[in-house]
Amino acid sequence: MIRTPLRPLARILSARAKGENPDAIERENLRLRHEAMRDKARTRAELRLLLLGLAFFMAYGVIGARMGLLAASEPMEPRAAASGAQILSQRADIADRNGRILATNMLTHSLYAHPRDMVDPARVARELAAIFPDMDAAALERRFTDGRSFMWIRKVLSPEQMQKVHEIGDPGLLFGPREMRVYPNGDLAAHVLGGASFGAEGVHSAEVIGTAGIEKALDARLRDPAQAGEPLMLSIDMTIQAAVEEILGAGMQMMNAKGAAAILMDSRTGEILSLASLPDFDPNDRPNPLVKGDPGDSPLFNRAVQGVYELGSTFKIFATAQAMELGLVNADTMVDANAPMQWGKHRIKEFQNKNYGPLLSVTDVIVKSSNVGTARLALQIGGLRQQAFLKSLGFFDPTPLELVEAPGAKPLLPPKWPEIVTITTSYGHGMSASPMHLAAAYATIANGGIAVKPTLLKRDTPAEGVRVLSEPVARASVDMLRQVVTRGTASMAEVEGYAVAGKTGTADKPKRTGGYYKDKVINTFAAMFPADDPRYVLIVTLDEPVNTMGTEPRRTAGWTAVPVAAEIIRRSAPLLGLRPVIELGPPDGITAVRN
Amino acid sequence: MRPVFYVLTFLAVMGLGFWAYKQNYTTQQALRDVDALQSEIADLREALALQRAEWAYLNRPDRLRELATINFDRLGLLPMDPSQFGAARQVAYPAPVLPVIEGAIEVMGETEGGL
Repeated sequence: MIRTPLRPLARILSARAKGENPDAIERENLRLRHEAMRDKARTRAELRLLLLGLAFFMAYGVIGARMGLLAASEPMEPRAAASGAQILSQRADIADRNGRILATNMLTHSLYAHPRDMVDPARVARELAAIFPDMDAAALERRFTDGRSFMWIRKVLSPEQMQKVHEIGDPGLLFGPREMRVYPNGDLAAHVLGGASFGAEGVHSAEVIGTAGIEKALDARLRDPAQAGEPLMLSIDMTIQAAVEEILGAGMQMMNAKGAAAILMDSRTGEILSLASLPDFDPNDRPNPLVKGDPGDSPLFNRAVQGVYELGSTFKIFATAQAMELGLVNADTMVDANAPMQWGKHRIKEFQNKNYGPLLSVTDVIVKSSNVGTARLALQIGGLRQQAFLKSLGFFDPTPLELVEAPGAKPLLPPKWPEIVTITTSYGHGMSASPMHLAAAYATIANGGIAVKPTLLKRDTPAEGVRVLSEPVARASVDMLRQVVTRGTASMAEVEGYAVAGKTGTADKPKRTGGYYKDKVINTFAAMFPADDPRYVLIVTLDEPVNTMGTEPRRTAGWTAVPVAAEIIRRSAPLLGLRPVIELGPPDGITAVRN
Repeated sequence: MRPVFYVLTFLAVMGLGFWAYKQNYTTQQALRDVDALQSEIADLREALALQRAEWAYLNRPDRLRELATINFDRLGLLPMDPSQFGAARQVAYPAPVLPVIEGAIEVMGETEGGL
């Protein structure tokens, strides 16, 4: 680069000759040089900005073009890459604890029409009506010819129906693939599974959404593509569930009950091995909910979870257990059981106005199911402590079961808790809870005093819970419940080979108008087995049963719910792997000899 | 020298062109094979899912119970009873077949105390 000198000699000399200041020339030249430098820097900066702008424009242009391309093109599976294993099914299977399928998917087809492409709408309507008896040919034809360009005809087709529709041969009839939920076992565990239906529907696919039960409660898990390949393992055991449902159905019929529920629960883990509610339904063809009348009469109603009943004398064990836990009494303490007991304007009576008094041991209060004895214990405990104990057993909140119906089944509690409520609650009247609540509370006694949360999901480890009862108290309570079976109200619960402990409960049904029915009862039997180390809890509830096998109709739980429960234990205990304890008589024909 | 270089270059271009042409068609064929295999896999999976459902349907407890009732006498079944509960090792297995002893040697033993 040629630098122009700041003080060119020629101009300086001539300036000096003219008497001008030569510094002005230098300043002028310096100014020109600075201007030139500035112009150059500006051009470079402008060029850089232009380049940068261009780079950004291209980068965003590429992103925009890619986005446009992705939005405009049809989605396609990557062809060259190895395919993921679980693209096929969009909803995970449901299996029982041994992996046997309870719910799975099946590919079928839906039928839709493009009426404008139809050659002969009248013939199509006629033939469709012949294939599907519930369709009306005239109505179909009217809809085919009213100018619409698209209509659904059938959500799912069987292969035979599809072939018949194919044979109509009209270009306006089209099939779309559909993944359909199938429950291969029919109405087995219907209330647990609930059911599924289609959500948003398109021609190429439709989303399957759960409508009730565990299908709805765990909808997100079942639809999660990352877990679509592994089935959801329930704690239910299909074999036991089938046996329980069969026996419960037969028992319900035999005892002339209008409904029944049974829960079999592992007291250590809180796993529900069987949950049955009758009448039931087929989840493949879920009936519509009742629009009028009592929703509790619908087969959709889950009596074991949603049915909130006064559970009667099954509550008495909680009063005695708490009294023992607080150190107020022990199993042999004699308490006042003189009936009837007068409390304010209320009279507390025993069953059939008996009097077991004047004194009964705490064990006999349970064995004879004395209302008065329990009431005296409850008064010693006091309302506040009683509430706290029942709360710790889970009786004040809905059960945390993985069913969409469970959070809605809140126990019905009296608004205030005066002493008369303390008394009635101690023998299971005045407050209502579901059989599932009772199962969880009995599991606490059975497992040695640790509160458990019932669950429908398979669990491998014992649940961690808060200790509510000390182990000796829980043990003593189980012994009392065992004596209820050996010499008390539940004598029919003796099952050969298995020691059963349990407590019966009979509660009159409340009228809608207030007061109680005289001849309508809810019978409950809460059992645990084997009694020497209780592992399983069984709750059987019958709605309005009456045993007419004797000379007079019997409505106490000992005559209705207990034999049903005994049969369930007889059948399910071997399936649970419990070895019966059989006392064999002396063998015949062999004489002991000495040698 | 230069004409030789031109000829070699021309031949190289021809050769690479032919190679690219072949590769293109091999790739397309491979993609078609993958497509066919994947649709076959999808069909097999669908069939598998259907057969699983079918298996579960045929093994549903209601049906098994009915079958057991129908064939109760023919199979010589007994009503279920807790006393039948057993362990797998109680089942009598056929005695294992022992190989024939060949070339036996006669031995005589003597126990202590002359018994």
